[in-house]
Amino acid sequence: MKTLLDCHKACKVKILKLNTSGDLKQRLISFGIMKGAEVEVLEHAPAKSTIEIKVGKMRIALRGEEAKLIDVEKI
Amino acid sequence: MNTVDAKACPIIANHIKVALVGQPNVGKSMLINSVSNAHLHVGNFSGVTVDKTEVLFDYKDYHFTVVDLPGTYAFTDYTIEERVTHEYLCAEDYDIIINVVDSTNLEKNLQLTSELLTMSKKVVIALNMSDEATKEGININAEYMAELIGVPCIKVSAATKEGIAELIEAVMLKHETPKNKPKLVFSESVEEEIAQLVWYLDKHKFKSTNSYRNIAINLLKGNKKTYAKLHDEPIWVELQPILIEASKHIELHHDSDDIKESFAEEYASFNRGIAAEVLKQKKQEEKKTLTEKIDSVLIHPLFGIPIFLFFMWLLFQLTFEIGNIPMDYIDMFFTWFGNTIGATIANDDIRSLIVDGVIAGVGAVVLFVPNIIILFIGIALLEGTGYMSRVAFLLDGFFHKFGLHGQSFIPLVTGFGCSIPAYMSARILKNDRDRLLTLFIIGFMSCGARLPVYVLFAGAFFAPDMAGNILFGIYVSGALLGLVAAKVLKITAFKGKDEPFVMEMPKYRLPTFKLIWHTVLTKTMMYLKKAGTFIAGASMLIWFLSNYPHNSELIKSYETKIETTQDKALKVRLGHQLSEAELEQSYLGTIGKFSEPLFTPLGFDWKMSVALQAGLAAKEVVVSTLGVLYALGSDVDQESSSLMGAISKNIPFPSAVAFIVVIMIYLPCLAASIVFTREAGHIKYFFYLFAFTSVAAYVMAFIAYNVTLLLV
Repeated sequence: MKTLLDCHKACKVKILKLNTSGDLKQRLISFGIMKGAEVEVLEHAPAKSTIEIKVGKMRIALRGEEAKLIDVEKI
Repeated sequence: MNTVDAKACPIIANHIKVALVGQPNVGKSMLINSVSNAHLHVGNFSGVTVDKTEVLFDYKDYHFTVVDLPGTYAFTDYTIEERVTHEYLCAEDYDIIINVVDSTNLEKNLQLTSELLTMSKKVVIALNMSDEATKEGININAEYMAELIGVPCIKVSAATKEGIAELIEAVMLKHETPKNKPKLVFSESVEEEIAQLVWYLDKHKFKSTNSYRNIAINLLKGNKKTYAKLHDEPIWVELQPILIEASKHIELHHDSDDIKESFAEEYASFNRGIAAEVLKQKKQEEKKTLTEKIDSVLIHPLFGIPIFLFFMWLLFQLTFEIGNIPMDYIDMFFTWFGNTIGATIANDDIRSLIVDGVIAGVGAVVLFVPNIIILFIGIALLEGTGYMSRVAFLLDGFFHKFGLHGQSFIPLVTGFGCSIPAYMSARILKNDRDRLLTLFIIGFMSCGARLPVYVLFAGAFFAPDMAGNILFGIYVSGALLGLVAAKVLKITAFKGKDEPFVMEMPKYRLPTFKLIWHTVLTKTMMYLKKAGTFIAGASMLIWFLSNYPHNSELIKSYETKIETTQDKALKVRLGHQLSEAELEQSYLGTIGKFSEPLFTPLGFDWKMSVALQAGLAAKEVVVSTLGVLYALGSDVDQESSSLMGAISKNIPFPSAVAFIVVIMIYLPCLAASIVFTREAGHIKYFFYLFAFTSVAAYVMAFIAYNVTLLLV
C-alpha cells in the first residue's frame, strides 16, 4: 500500500485511510486530512523529515512519521 | 421582535457579551482591534492568542464585551489553548457568538462553523478577509449563505474596516430577536437516527435547555458532556440501546469503525455543499500562487536553512550597526542632562543620588533603545509575514533530534523578544512534557533585555565591524546551548514518546506599516516604562547600597593625604582611591566581597558579581548597575568616560567572556520567573529551573573563562 510519505513532490493523491486513532486522528481530521480528501505534496524538508502538503486551500506541514500512517492512491 | 420585552430590563438589555470564535489565524484579534481601539497582539501564524482576552466598547445604546478566544480548528481539545476556547463556549455565560471565517478558505472554516451550529447559541458569521477574497477572484453570496444555514452572514475586512458597522448592527439585531434554529442537514441515514432519538426524547418529555435535535447529535458524536448529563437520568436505561444501535447504523453507512470520523465526513460534505452553493470563483489557471512561489525558495530543502541563518545574521548585524549610530548622541544627552541637573542641586548626597544613581542607571538602559527597536521590528516581521511557520517546518527535523518539537520554534523565537510572551505561547504545544521541556529552554534564547549587555560588551572588546558578528554569534551559541540542554533534559527528566507534528502553514502576507509600528511601539514603550520605573528604582537602591554606610574616618584620612600633597596627579589618584575604597566598604561592596569567592573561579571581580546578582531582578539592571558602579568610583579618565570605555579598561577579556556566558544562561528575570511558574503549573519547576540554569551557567562560564585564558 502506498502512503503519503512515498509520494513525490507535486504528486496529487486521494486519501484512502488514516492508520491511526485517538488524538492524532482527530487532529488530522480537523485539518481536513480525512478519507476521500485530495492532497497535493508541495515540498519535502531534507531527508523527508517533514513534508508540506496542500489540502483544499490549506497548506499543512507534517512529519514523515505521520505521513507514513496515511494510505493514499494516485489520482 | 420582542424588543419591548428586552427593554424592560435595561441593564441587561444594553449589554451584549460576544464570544469571538474562529479557526486559528483568521484575524480574530485584528477584527477586535478594528471594532474597538484595542491593540491586541496580531501575527500571521496559528497560536498568537493563547488566552482569552476581554475588550469593552460602546456602540449606539449598547455596551459590548467582546471575548477574544484562541483559535481552534474543531472542538477537539487538542492543545491547552483549544481547551480554553471549548470550555469557555460550553460553560461560560455570553449572549452571542461571532464566528470569524476566512473568506478565502470558506469550506475549511465551515468545519468549526457547523460544530458551532449544534450549540444552540445565537451565532453571527463574519466573513473576514473579504477584500483579499475579492482580489483572488472569490465571490461569496452572503445573503444566500445566511438563508441556507439560518444565521446572518456579514462580509467584513478587519484590515480595511469594511463591513464592521454592518457586523455590529447584525449582532444587535440578532441579540434582539429570539433564537431560531440553524439549519444543519446531515445525510439521510444520519437524519433518520437523529429523528429516532428526537422522537424518543420527545416521548419522555425530557427537560433540557438545548434542543432535542442538538442533544441527539451530541449523543451520536460521542460528546462527553452530553453523556455525563444524561447518564444520571432515568431514561438512560432505555436510551442507551437505541443509541448503540444508531451508532452502528451510521458506522456501517460510512464503512468506518469510528463514529467521530463518520461525523467529520458528514460535516465535511455539508460544508462542501454550502461552499458549492454560495461560492463563485473565477476559473484560475493551474498556476502557482505567490505563496507557493515564495515557498519554493524559502523552504527549499538545501537553501532553506542557510537563507534563514542569513536573515538572522542580517538582523543582528543591523541591530548593532544601525542601533549604534544614535548611541553617542543619547550618551551625550544623558551626560549633559546629568551635569545640568546636577548643577542645580546643592546637596551633595541628593545630587549624587540623582546624577550617579538615577540618571546614570536609567541612561545606561535607554542607551540601547535603538538596538531594541530594530530587534523588535525583525521579530514583528517574522511573526507578521508567515515566515515563522516555515522556519518551524525547516527546523522540525533538526529540532526533533534534540527532543524538541518543530512548533517549539514559535515560543523559542518569541523568546528572542521577551521570555514572558514566549512562556505563554508554549501553550500551542499539546503535550505537557514537550511544553515543559520548551519552557525550560526558552531562557536560553536571549531576550531583548539581554541585548544591552551584549552590545555593551561586544562594543567594548571588538571593533565596530566585528561587533555585529559577535552579537549574532552570541545569539546562535545561546540557541545551540539551548538545544544541547534540551537533549540533556529529554534523556533525563522528560523521557517519553514524541508527539506528532501537524501544523498549518499560513499564506504569506505583507504586514501593514501600521501593524508593525503598533507592535514595535507597544513593546518599546514597555521597555522605556520599565526603564523609568523599575530600573530607576533599582538604580536608586544600588546607589544607596553603594554609598552607605559612610566611613568618616576613611574619608578624613584620605582628605588629609590629599591636602598635604602638592603633586596634582597624585591628588587625582588619591581622589580615585578614596572613592574606590568607599565603594568597597559600602553595603554593596560587602555583599560583593562576600560572594566574590564564589565567582573568583570565573574571573569576576566583586562589581561584576554584584551586577549579576542584581540581574536576577531584570537583565537591564545588569547594565544600570555597572553604570552606577563605574560612574561612582574607579579611575575613569576623560577618554573613556563612557561605560563601554570603562568596561574595556577595567574588565579582562576572559572574565568578560565568562560574564556573557552567565548572562546567556541564567534566569531571565523576576517577572519571567513568575510567568514560568504559572505556565509550568507548579512552584517546584521554578526551583528546578533555577538550579538547572545556575549550575549550567556556572559550569559553562568556568569552561569559557579557562579556555579563553589559554587562548589569549
